[in-house]
Amino acid sequence: MSRLTAQNQEVAAEIISRYPRAKSALIPLLHLAQEQDGYVADDAMEHLAELVGVTPAEVLGTCSFYEMFVRHPVGKYKIDICTNISCQLVGGEELLHHAEETLGIRAGGTTDDGLFTIEDVECIAACTEGPCLQVNYRYEYRLSNSDFDNMIEGLRDGSRDDVPPHGTLGLTRQHIPQDHLAGIGSPETTPMPAWFESRQPEPEAEGA
Amino acid sequence: MTDTAPTEATTGVPFTLNGKDLEAKDGELLIEAAERNGVHIPRFCYHPRMESVGMCRMCLVEVDTGRGPGLQPSCMLTVTPNMLVNTESESTKAAQDGVLELTLINHPLDCPVCDKGGECPLQDNAFAFGPGESRFVEEKRHYEKPIPISDLVFLDRERCILCDRCTRFADDVAGDPLIHFIDRGNQTQVNTFPGLPFSSYFSGNTVQICPVGALTSKPYRFTARPWDLAENESTSTVDSTGARIVLQSSQDKLVRILGVDSDAVNWSWLSDKERFAYEATNAESRLHDPMMDTSGALESVRWNAALGAAVNALALAPSKIGVIGGARMSVESQYAWAKMLKGLAGIDNIDAQLGDGIDAEAIMSLPRATIDEAAQPGGVIVLVGIDPKEDLPTLYLRLRHAVVKDGASLIEMTPRATGLSEFASARIHTQPGSLGVIAQSLGTGMVGTSVAGVSARQLTDASKLLKSKRPVTVIVGRGNLAERDGYTVAALKSLRSGFPEAKFLSALRRGNIHGALEMGLTPGLLPGGQPLDTEIDGWITTPAERGLDTEGILRSAVKGEISTLLLLGSDPLTDYPDRNLVREAFDAVTNVVSVDAFLTESSQRANVVLPTTLAGESAGTFLNLENRLSPIRSKVTGPGQTRDDWMIAADIAAVAGGDLGFSTVSEIREEISALIPTFADIDWSEVDAAGDGPLIASSPLVGSDLRTSGADYSVPVPSGDYGLRLVVDRKMWDLGTMVNESASQSQLHTEAYAGLASADATRLGVFDGDKVAVTAGDHQASLAVKVIAGLPAGSVHIPFRLPGFDPGEAISASFPVNEVAVEVESS
Ligand code: SF4
Ligand code: FES
Ligand code: FES
Repeated sequence: MSRLTAQNQEVAAEIISRYPRAKSALIPLLHLAQEQDGYVADDAMEHLAELVGVTPAEVLGTCSFYEMFVRHPVGKYKIDICTNISCQLVGGEELLHHAEETLGIRAGGTTDDGLFTIEDVECIAACTEGPCLQVNYRYEYRLSNSDFDNMIEGLRDGSRDDVPPHGTLGLTRQHIPQDHLAGIGSPETTPMPAWFESRQPEPEAEGA
Repeated sequence: MTDTAPTEATTGVPFTLNGKDLEAKDGELLIEAAERNGVHIPRFCYHPRMESVGMCRMCLVEVDTGRGPGLQPSCMLTVTPNMLVNTESESTKAAQDGVLELTLINHPLDCPVCDKGGECPLQDNAFAFGPGESRFVEEKRHYEKPIPISDLVFLDRERCILCDRCTRFADDVAGDPLIHFIDRGNQTQVNTFPGLPFSSYFSGNTVQICPVGALTSKPYRFTARPWDLAENESTSTVDSTGARIVLQSSQDKLVRILGVDSDAVNWSWLSDKERFAYEATNAESRLHDPMMDTSGALESVRWNAALGAAVNALALAPSKIGVIGGARMSVESQYAWAKMLKGLAGIDNIDAQLGDGIDAEAIMSLPRATIDEAAQPGGVIVLVGIDPKEDLPTLYLRLRHAVVKDGASLIEMTPRATGLSEFASARIHTQPGSLGVIAQSLGTGMVGTSVAGVSARQLTDASKLLKSKRPVTVIVGRGNLAERDGYTVAALKSLRSGFPEAKFLSALRRGNIHGALEMGLTPGLLPGGQPLDTEIDGWITTPAERGLDTEGILRSAVKGEISTLLLLGSDPLTDYPDRNLVREAFDAVTNVVSVDAFLTESSQRANVVLPTTLAGESAGTFLNLENRLSPIRSKVTGPGQTRDDWMIAADIAAVAGGDLGFSTVSEIREEISALIPTFADIDWSEVDAAGDGPLIASSPLVGSDLRTSGADYSVPVPSGDYGLRLVVDRKMWDLGTMVNESASQSQLHTEAYAGLASADATRLGVFDGDKVAVTAGDHQASLAVKVIAGLPAGSVHIPFRLPGFDPGEAISASFPVNEVAVEVESS
């Protein structure tokens, strides 16, 4: 899909203004693009490149490094089911199969209505709570098959409104008024902090 | 060397390498210190001209700094006092084994069909340091291959070992980060953004530095095996930087050019134009035989007939002959022609510049800087006129390094933003016709108010830097072919008198132009910058009076005062900026004698065409823009009956009944050393030896007063209300003969465009890509708009020699600046 909308461009400008170098804003901007389209589109990456003054290849390099950025359309809810060892021991694989069967898709696929994508993922750091999954990066712990069905049901009928569409990081957006910005300054012109300077002299060779 | 290495060895750092007590330089990397002491540590990612990244771990060695031995990457480690290093220990060997086994897990074993096979660091390291066999029995990974990442470079991702050399080069050295690591971990690959190729002027360097066969170049792919190649070290004659190269041939055909790491010049880098220039040498369209026009069309003839006809055409009073060109030849050939023309025939209407340069005496009287001096850490570089990225791309890499990594500051005084603008401390973008007055205000320090549209702030910034007591180097070239060179000369005059300590680096771009000037292929000078009345041993005469430059020659031709044009590898019909003038001159003259390697538009109009060899086919010497001599070597034989340029001069002299007095290149060299003071101290064996090559001595012109008759400070008044002043300069890839004859480069130029200042684009209501009508006299073209950074309002930038529009139609050499009308097309 697309470049940032006019409204999101304003948000982008604010985000960029928080950093001494524009390109430092790349990660939050990628999230912004993903929030807009549900995934990070090629056009969006080109747009971000323009906004922060790097090449699209550099944006792609950053974007593709992080699993949380998806570069192809996915469902409104992306369900990452852990099948790594701890979860596997308590039924992670079975949970995945159940999900695949009830939704009629394979891991990596998206339902026809565009609502759900399932991914088979490695450890998501909730090993004591297996089998577990993340839906748009919100945890669900110790799921039975019917817990899974209920979750799907709730997402379908809208009762699970605690889970925003894929790409939305938080339900509120951080806004820092310009006069509350802290620590801004070009690294080239900002003096070294005193504690750093005092450590500067004589980089004594180790073991000398 | 890398930034981490200091320039001067101050104190030695004692360390122990494999039991031997040695000294490293202060701040030296272990991998370098070991190399200097004869111990080669295997490596993939380390490159002496780039910052270390420690990506590949091939260079792990056992190091003990007092905390017990451990493995450390020697490319990331500065030698510290009393470091104990063991490159042969069991654990070093185990590390090398392990790294190679891991590296080879997914690397295909297709060496027999791989371009790199035979010269591959991975092959060599696996053989010398590897385990010999792999425990990996699984299927290797497969990718679609090869994928073109640019018009010149192919990528085979299976072979890539992720050393970060190509990507580091693209980002850190070339400043074109169009390739990047994509994805992560096991999936990591080098790639471009979809649809955005690695279209860097320097892409070929990545092929040379890739330690495996992952990157291959389109022209060289599958053409030869490294062990079949014969090679010779030489110098690139593509532009006046004089980058050091290796010419490689197979079966008497040039197949590859590689950059050589010359500390003083190109640091191993080349532009793609230099790297793939050999394709023009191999071109089908090369002239093989002498040709004559006897019956309305050029036909092949024998040398005797052609030489006879050439001599007849030249058997005129010296004032009736005009000679244009000579910058493509070697110094020896230039001397031979100078001696033949000036010393035998007394002709002085000779100009190696085609109205696109700068007054020769002005350039030759400047105190010269070397590239190293211009690029010295902490220096101040003043860029007058040119965009080095387009005109002298390899020099651009050195300047970029100086500004980005070595703390040099840049002032640009150019007609538009250049490839270095983003790093410039002061950006003075001059309207056509204002370079002189702007330089004057800098030279006199009157920078309190804006001058000719340049803000006081930029002028003050520049002035502060110029007065900062840091060493100043002015790099000067002709930035605008539609503006008289008098403005540039005026700028030189002001900078010279305002900053007497400043040194200058000539950025005249044509191949061996500095050799040509030094050998006297310019009006009013004999070799070595000597005046016309100098007596030179063995020269039977010298020109009686100062001759004409190219513009003067063409004007005299139009008036019928010159009836023979001799073209020395030049193509004025397309290359001289004033199209009308050169056309009329060609129509007016009786004889055109062309010495060339191709049938250009001009040589097609010749009565006699004498075919020459090109660099790579003939031996000689090159004088680069810092006045440094380096060898041009022959590697292959020229096609057909081609002869070296100096031989043609000698042949013509002989047919005319004279004798130039030499019959080999070394005899010419001896004569040059004996007769030309600037070459008196040259040791030719030093020129031929591997190394940076000697600088010639300063001519008596240097330090003399700058010739000022041509200096122009008058700011011309705009002529009409709708005219925009032309800024005409060159792109690296254009329709120039050598690029156009090189198969893989001939398609790389863009279409002509109308470059507008953003203010003018707004005024006209046009955006990038919209069409505008450009009118110059009878010539009109519809060109796409391109908004050009830094272009002052009131100017229009149209590059020279791109298809779609010839700005030469709009240039009159008699006007100080030139204008065209730019209007929105009524749709
Ligand atoms: S393509 Fe070659 S140079 Fe680039 S990272 Fe891979 S191995 Fe290194
Ligand atoms: S194994 Fe599933 S969360 Fe760690
Ligand atoms: S050469 Fe040192 S890590 Fe690659």
